[in-house]
Amino acid sequence: MSSAEFLVQGFIKAFELIFSLNPYIVSITGVSVRVSGTATLLATLTAIPLAFAISFIHFRGKQALITLVNTGMGLPPVFVGLFVFLMIVPVGPFGFLNIVYTKEAMILAQYILITPIITGISLAAIKAVPKLIIETVYTLGGTEKDAAVATLKEARFGIITAVLAGFGRALAEVGAILIVGGNIAHTGSVGGIGEGLSETRTLTTAITSETSKGEISTSIALGIILISLVLSVNIMANYFQRRD
Amino acid sequence: MKEMFRIENLSKSFGNKKVLQNINLKIFTGEIFAFMGPSGVGKTTMLRLLNLLEMPTTGKLIFNGNDTAILQKNNVMSRMSMLFQRPAIFNTSVFNNIAYSLVIRRVDKKTIEKKVIDALDLVGLAGCEKQKSLTLSGGEAQRMAFARAIVFKPDVLLLDEPTANLDPANVAKIEEIIRKIRSELGTTIIMASHNIHQVRRIADRVGILLNGELIEVNSKEQIFTHPFDARSYAFINGEFIY
Repeated sequence: MSSAEFLVQGFIKAFELIFSLNPYIVSITGVSVRVSGTATLLATLTAIPLAFAISFIHFRGKQALITLVNTGMGLPPVFVGLFVFLMIVPVGPFGFLNIVYTKEAMILAQYILITPIITGISLAAIKAVPKLIIETVYTLGGTEKDAAVATLKEARFGIITAVLAGFGRALAEVGAILIVGGNIAHTGSVGGIGEGLSETRTLTTAITSETSKGEISTSIALGIILISLVLSVNIMANYFQRRD
Repeated sequence: MKEMFRIENLSKSFGNKKVLQNINLKIFTGEIFAFMGPSGVGKTTMLRLLNLLEMPTTGKLIFNGNDTAILQKNNVMSRMSMLFQRPAIFNTSVFNNIAYSLVIRRVDKKTIEKKVIDALDLVGLAGCEKQKSLTLSGGEAQRMAFARAIVFKPDVLLLDEPTANLDPANVAKIEEIIRKIRSELGTTIIMASHNIHQVRRIADRVGILLNGELIEVNSKEQIFTHPFDARSYAFINGEFIY
């Protein structure tokens, strides 16, 4: 079999797996979206109030916090994975939580990775709102709360872009969740391929393990789904950036 | 006439820079008062102080007989409205822009609709309520900002160079709106302008600011025909070098 035929066969089988809604592939996709979605939701709930606090409230250590956020935007995922792992292993300070090799641990690692990203981009979007908008709110009789709401409305497209960027980063992340999640699938084969349904196996971690096993068509199928998801998120982010 | 503002020995500095020095002035209810002077003499800062966007470094600002230093800031600000030289426009429809001050005051929907339509009529933008505000021309945006500033019937309207950068047709429209607001709503209007001709057309009284000092306050007629201060005379006659 030539390399071209090998690739073509791989793609044909990959599309068969996708369109037949293979349970193994579906379960991996489900775990990916659930873990990344939950991490994004929690990170958003932290990041947006944090970005507003940094923008509107004067407090000691504000500049240090901004530096921390900026540093956090470039955190190496493997380092975050190792850090979380050391915290949650049975002998670690949070070992009592008993979450090592669970989705919760993966959500925690992704939360740490993407919270600074969503905060940083939201902060930039909030800072881009002209000061005159806030002053206009005051001149029309608005309170600090009204000014914050008006800023949120003006920065809405930038903030949505920040959330989508965080979600995209979480979906595409592999190092941290591989360490804390363990890339676990249940034993036994489903749909004729791979192992059982995914427990902590995501699109990215599954691609690494399936490729190392030589299951190229499964890897291609997972890659197509991953790229499609990330592409969709980026198309949405671009759409909101254009509207801004 | 009832006193709206009383300014006593007011000064304002930003760092080491003194922007306004020892200002003493009374502004009365229902009048159109203009701060006139060249660019950079503190006119905008004066309006920002009256609107409580800035606080004086020294001196007192009395509003309706009460010292603004001890009043709840928001209670005073909610009775005024200020229009900036370049209005800040919310990224939403014309209707939502104008309705904003009524929405935050929790006015009911029907009343808001009626007041917004009335305000649009007043500024000559009837029928534009659904338009995206960012698509308005400079003159239309300024008129929309006027409608937004007066829709809740403030006691005081502060105008910072309200027609700067506008074409003559829009200048005429804005001046007509200012006269209408005063005659129909009885609003006290305080404006800052370096446009001598405009001040002459619409103001009742004029205060001339030079280098942060209020050098002369008088009726429009007096200022433009027989100013007391030689510097006022020079500014009005275009002989003042700045």
